Amino acid sequence: MTAFTPLSATIGGVLIGLSAGLLWLLNGRTAGISGIFGGLLPHRSRDAVWRLVFLAALPVGAIVGTWLGPKIFSEIAGGTPALGLAPIVAVGAGLLVGVGTRLGGGCTSGHGICGLARFSARSLVAVVTFMLVAMATVFVVRHVL
Amino acid sequence: MTNRSILPIAAAAGCGLLFGIGLAIAQMTDPEKVKAFLDVAAIFDGTWDASLAFVMGAGLLVMVAFYRLGGRRDAPVLASAFVWPKRGDVDRQLVLGSTLFGVGWGLSGLCPGPAIAVLGLAPGEFALFVVAMLAGSWATGIALAARDGRFAGGNLPAT
Repeated sequence: MTAFTPLSATIGGVLIGLSAGLLWLLNGRTAGISGIFGGLLPHRSRDAVWRLVFLAALPVGAIVGTWLGPKIFSEIAGGTPALGLAPIVAVGAGLLVGVGTRLGGGCTSGHGICGLARFSARSLVAVVTFMLVAMATVFVVRHVL
Repeated sequence: MTNRSILPIAAAAGCGLLFGIGLAIAQMTDPEKVKAFLDVAAIFDGTWDASLAFVMGAGLLVMVAFYRLGGRRDAPVLASAFVWPKRGDVDRQLVLGSTLFGVGWGLSGLCPGPAIAVLGLAPGEFALFVVAMLAGSWATGIALAARDGRFAGGNLPAT
């Protein structure tokens, strides 16, 4: 159980939208994270550098945001995130996310923000599918098993 | 390196940084917070955390504004052309992939962006998940390329 934090969630969402919007406006690229690392293999073009630079900047941004967030928003509790899964489950879940986003051609950012924003039917189907399946999965794990 | 090649790289660095800051301020780097949103049973006892919907909604609205703002441009500011996804159709592979992703997301509370970003906060805790995620994506990409290469020009359907 975590607290509802609408203000920091909205501001965080605006920053994510700005990032995705600027990457598109400046570089003409879609800020779908699974697509950005997925495009590294199989290697098709000479565009690995911007992908690696973007991906390397993500954790740096997370450090900055984690430090900055609680200074601006009192609603942020803070603390270090934990996965809390047995190693075999962590590997299984990681594989499912990697394989699934590759087959489905996108994740929460690529389909959920960039695709939905241009009213792509493909992205709408993807988002509705992974949202409902993820909700069902959490329901089964928390309330059935 | 000329400005032509270094500016897009600098833009990618800035966008990655901004994306990570946004994820962390929205606390999407905390799998517990994501799972608290996905746990819709909590709606009925009043403990549901709807924050993720605000993150996606805000990001989506800003992105819509960007598409409107830049929609009249022939090319992006720092590159020769916009790169659009090749596929526009809905097929079984899209639904299958999104289903598998949904199971993995629900189990872990991690989608690709937060999974990479959280490496800056607790690398040891999340490294195994990220290695599996990257391996799954790359292995699938190589398998898809092999399939499409083998069947290219054949009479089998593309999917």
